[in-house]
Amino acid sequence: MSEDKEPLFSAKNLKLITAPLGAQNPITVQVLGICSALAVTAKLEPAIVMSISVMFVVVFSNFIISLLRNTIPTRIRIIVQLVVVAALVILVDQILKAYAYEVSLQLSVFVGLIITNCIIMGRLEAFALANKPWQSVLDGIGNGAGYGIILVIIAFFREVLGSGTITLPAVGTLHVIPQIFYDWGYQNNGLMILPPMALITVGIIIWVQRARNNDLIETK
Amino acid sequence: MDRQGNTYTFIYASVLVVVVAALLAFVSQTLKPIQQKNIEVAKKIDILKSVNVASTPKDAVEKYEEYIGNNSFILNYEGKKVEGDAFTVNLEKEVKKPPKDRLYPMYICTIDGSKKFIIPVRGKGLWGPIWGYISLNDDKKTIFGATFGHKGETPGLGAEIAKAPFQKQFSGKTIFDDNGKFTSVLVEKGQNSSGNPHAVDAISGGTITSKGVQAMLQDCLSGYVNFLKE
Repeated sequence: MSEDKEPLFSAKNLKLITAPLGAQNPITVQVLGICSALAVTAKLEPAIVMSISVMFVVVFSNFIISLLRNTIPTRIRIIVQLVVVAALVILVDQILKAYAYEVSLQLSVFVGLIITNCIIMGRLEAFALANKPWQSVLDGIGNGAGYGIILVIIAFFREVLGSGTITLPAVGTLHVIPQIFYDWGYQNNGLMILPPMALITVGIIIWVQRARNNDLIETK
Repeated sequence: MDRQGNTYTFIYASVLVVVVAALLAFVSQTLKPIQQKNIEVAKKIDILKSVNVASTPKDAVEKYEEYIGNNSFILNYEGKKVEGDAFTVNLEKEVKKPPKDRLYPMYICTIDGSKKFIIPVRGKGLWGPIWGYISLNDDKKTIFGATFGHKGETPGLGAEIAKAPFQKQFSGKTIFDDNGKFTSVLVEKGQNSSGNPHAVDAISGGTITSKGVQAMLQDCLSGYVNFLKE
């Protein structure tokens, strides 16, 4: 990094973090990592834990692969990437089982499936193999956050409308819909908890984003 | 060395997997005691749930001491006590043995002065293992409470066995008929089972899981008959 003359947080580097939050978002623009976005967003807590887990894996795998990038034999580079990602995923799984047991039960198989999250291999191939470690870490943070922010938005709407609660790690379940609403006949929308509504929620987010940013609309 | 050559590639791959394997083995060994404790706490929560005592990971150990403590033992098929700690019996291995060779753990819980017998059960659902705890009143035949868990039954169908509406049905059912014959609890299709003292209503769309629960109860409870009839 020392030979790198530009400052750590130059405009170009900052863009690595901000672009995936908006116009380069992995879920809503690149449509990657959709499966887990649908599966773990019925409640806010697993969505947040999943976001942090994915962010951890994408940041560290980007960093490690970027460090190794000049040593990796081209013919086995995908295997090397897989080994690194798999090791990190198992690490996350073990740590969750030790320190967040209940959440790990809720996330069940989806922690293991982080390895198949296209965002991670996509960033390794597209970015970490060709860039320096620091930029790769920033790119990882950006893409992890871009994935996480969408998960949290979906989970927020699904939980509030579906269960009338917000579940936060270390805080617990908060009832956000006042009891008086229920007394007047308001009902939780059970459909929001089911997977199809996650897809529709993603669709609405994509719609809103495209309506606000015309660059995203393909020209015919 | 030639970075694209076979030797380099081979050495690179070998070193990489050895480093990764060592790292993961180390992490797994370090975290194992904590993970084991989590599993034990989850088991205690489950056992307490079968006698309708709600607990959280924070107070489960305390409540387990209060209601059950060391009051558990292992039985053999003849209903005689054998040496060992009931809590550490691995039911997954036991249910694979023939009934006569199995160890039968039993927990005794005291709630409001009355004694409850808690029996662990384990069997097969549609996709994977299912398990649970059945608590009997001190008449040794009427079910006080039941709780079930599963590894991966279909959400909304088979997975409903882990929810209160299904489990509540068991309360008040009896596993022996008036002549003292073992009947277990049947999991039957149709609402008319509510009148039958030895049956509960199965889950619509979860037929195989429901049958799994029935088979599990028959299989696991029958081993306790000699003890319960004493």
